[in-house]
Amino acid sequence: MKLLGILIGCGLAAGAASNNSVLIRGADVYPVTSAPVKGVSILVLDGKIAEIGAKIVVPKGVRVVDGKGLRVYPGMIDSGTELGLSEIEMIRETVDTGELGEFMPQLRALAAVNPDSEHFAVVRIAGITSVMTFPAGTGGGEGGGGRGRPPQYISGQAALIHTFGRTWEDMAVSGSAAVQVRFPILGPPGGRGGPVPENIAGLAGETGAVTFTEMTRTYQQEVAKLADFFDEARRYQKAKAANLPGFVRDLKYEAMLPVLDGKLPVAIAAATPRSIHDAIQFAEKQNVKIVIMQPRELGSAAAELKAKNIPVILGRVLALPRGQDDPYDQAFTLPGEAYKAGIKFAFGTFDNQFVRNLPYQAATAVAFGLPQEEALKAITINPAQIWGAGDQLGSLEKDKSADLMVTTGDPLEIQTQVKHVFIRGQEIELSSKQTRLYDKYLNRQ
Amino acid sequence: MRKSWIVALAALAPLYAQNIVIQNATIMTVTKGTLQGSVVIKDGKIAEVGEKVMMPQNATVIDAGGQYVIPGIIDCHSHIAVDGNVNEGSVSVSSMVNIKDVINPEDIAIYRALAGGVTTANILHGSANPIGGQTLVLKMRWGKDAQGMIFEGAMPGIKFALGENPKRSGNPQGGRGATQTAARYPATRMGVEDTIREALNEAKDYKAEWDEYGAKVARGEHPIPPRKDLKLEPLKEVLEGKRYVHAHCYREDEILMLLRVADDYGFKIRTLQHVLEGYKVAEEIAASGTGASTFSDWWAYKIEAYDAIPYNAALMQKKGIVVSLNSDDEELMRHLNTEAAKAMKYGGMNETDALAMVTINPAKQLGIDGRVGSIEAGKDADLAIYDKYPLSDYAKVQKVLIDGQLYFDRDSDVSGRPAKALEKQKLIEKEKQSQPKPAGGRRPVE
Repeated sequence: MKLLGILIGCGLAAGAASNNSVLIRGADVYPVTSAPVKGVSILVLDGKIAEIGAKIVVPKGVRVVDGKGLRVYPGMIDSGTELGLSEIEMIRETVDTGELGEFMPQLRALAAVNPDSEHFAVVRIAGITSVMTFPAGTGGGEGGGGRGRPPQYISGQAALIHTFGRTWEDMAVSGSAAVQVRFPILGPPGGRGGPVPENIAGLAGETGAVTFTEMTRTYQQEVAKLADFFDEARRYQKAKAANLPGFVRDLKYEAMLPVLDGKLPVAIAAATPRSIHDAIQFAEKQNVKIVIMQPRELGSAAAELKAKNIPVILGRVLALPRGQDDPYDQAFTLPGEAYKAGIKFAFGTFDNQFVRNLPYQAATAVAFGLPQEEALKAITINPAQIWGAGDQLGSLEKDKSADLMVTTGDPLEIQTQVKHVFIRGQEIELSSKQTRLYDKYLNRQ
Repeated sequence: MRKSWIVALAALAPLYAQNIVIQNATIMTVTKGTLQGSVVIKDGKIAEVGEKVMMPQNATVIDAGGQYVIPGIIDCHSHIAVDGNVNEGSVSVSSMVNIKDVINPEDIAIYRALAGGVTTANILHGSANPIGGQTLVLKMRWGKDAQGMIFEGAMPGIKFALGENPKRSGNPQGGRGATQTAARYPATRMGVEDTIREALNEAKDYKAEWDEYGAKVARGEHPIPPRKDLKLEPLKEVLEGKRYVHAHCYREDEILMLLRVADDYGFKIRTLQHVLEGYKVAEEIAASGTGASTFSDWWAYKIEAYDAIPYNAALMQKKGIVVSLNSDDEELMRHLNTEAAKAMKYGGMNETDALAMVTINPAKQLGIDGRVGSIEAGKDADLAIYDKYPLSDYAKVQKVLIDGQLYFDRDSDVSGRPAKALEKQKLIEKEKQSQPKPAGGRRPVE
């Protein structure tokens, strides 16, 4: 009952202002793709950025927001979430990520997005205006198919969505921005411990452990199985093109066509240089576009990613080192390494409850070697480009969607307050379930 | 790996064994304002703090020009340095077990916590049962043995737990963390209250037996002493105010329940841990004089965390509660300074009040504020030095001192990495050569 009440409350509150034209006057504007300009105005007409300049005539009927002493940035984009699909992590009924089935490219995250999820208000008032939402769990970051559950190779289509909208159709920037592939990993079943030595292989049967030889065999079989599916999809593509008699429409293979055509990337989580290399090799062999997600170490893969111009989604910066004896700051320095290697990257938080901390993850990378401007790009223009929306989102440029955050300072600093948020030019009411509870109990009598 | 760190630190230690002056720093004392100046350390204690100080003889000087010194961070809720499982969950009341018996001083999390500016942590039993095991406070004296890590003189504690976690074992539908096949009482919040009351009831009777025995002895009689009960002994100490209760809780109903149970048995809960709905009953918590130790912004990971708000810490502080921000996580533990900054963002705490939530406030909650938690003459020289303003993610910890000894130095850590990589490589080579040959001297056939 209580839950229902809150959901209804949110639905009403999300109404916000009715028009999507506005002039923000006298602010410091940070377009991201060009140098900041101080003390200028930014005009938004019909949800798009119309002009940035010192002397803009306010068109009739357009509301003016005083930006004096404030900064305007493009809204932030989180490249790794389950927003809209997962409400309360531990209550299965509220979680719609992780469908069953081995090859499921036809599944659409977009159509399972609950626009009234409390998470959206929490993240958009923090200045995050778009997110990638993935059909399968993205936590952990080790990638691979099926840890402790039946193996899954292809999880479905990830969507790039705005964090505001009445329906998921309103929210969609790109209903299909990537196909999430869980590339097999070379490792023991269940992902724990290492292989048993070959010379005591007899133990393996009893403990459930396996030797390295067996692990390798399983791995190769799984990769072959994934390749088979791609091959089948390609045969389907040919059959369809040739309009062969007896051709039967198949939803799984249909969903693979944009991937095979090179229009849609596969997104693959790969933690180590070896698994990154293997995933790239697979994508090359299949001649498909690839985005690598959640690397924990780059090492020898850095040069390969750069040379082949493969974009990377970096996972949590605030993360522990992989091994006991790895440097304590291993995860903090990884973005700086990626930058020095010349890799194009964006950040993802990969945990719904901490999506709002996206800029602080980026800031930690700055403390450990990433230039601040690059950190900002990695939560704005880079993800927009990586996910195929570089012409719509990610920077303050004429004709782009007016997704803006107006702040009191550097958005990567925790103490900075977000004063206004606009999504497609519409000003968002800065309230969430959390601000409402705060107001209620601060003034409890 | 660890050994090499100890060697590196041992080499540094003599430099810092006696008198140290940290100078040209911005010193955020927490209790006495922020100033530009120096901290003088003598024999492990802070001797003087000021813009101008008396330079002691033979002092090692740390030039912290442009840098910031804060009191070593105190984490009021951690499970690091515990060997194995933190939960003795087979019984509803596990007060007989003690975390002190399973301290692992070689846990790498200790070094990583140091690298995040943490000098002291409250090491707790898990939350699988309404009354859990005994707890203790450690200093992050990396390289020392278990005994050497214990915060000498700090009051021992015991873990209580309310809500989803302790009732999970009794829930036939299980859920994450439910490992038992047989249900264990309790399965509801009602049962959690009852379990606590039953145990306290027993403890009260047990205490009465011992009080009577003591009275007889005092009268010169020679009675037979009661049998010592290892489960009830720590609960007797709770009733006597000799052991702190740190109670895991989420929802307002259970928070209020525990405060009333404590009232009925005549003791005080020392800290409410997590206490995510503490903001809803802040007046009641404040009136009871109970401390609150919470997360900055965790929410929605389970239903009892769905009403969690990032304003919780600030709101509780505004209503007069002593509030700390904790980690309960070996990664988060490494940046509690920025967790404090979130209390400025959410709820508008000032810089000092925010920083207090990870320094002097947890010290107060653990009863060690006479020793640590602020930069004042006479206190332990437990300090963290940052390269930049520490309430920001742009800041890095440069040095950490405990008892005036250098326990973390970023420059040494970074410069020592090539040598450690080499050492690791040598060990791997050695291991390869010492591998026993396969049985029969043949390679296994694939």
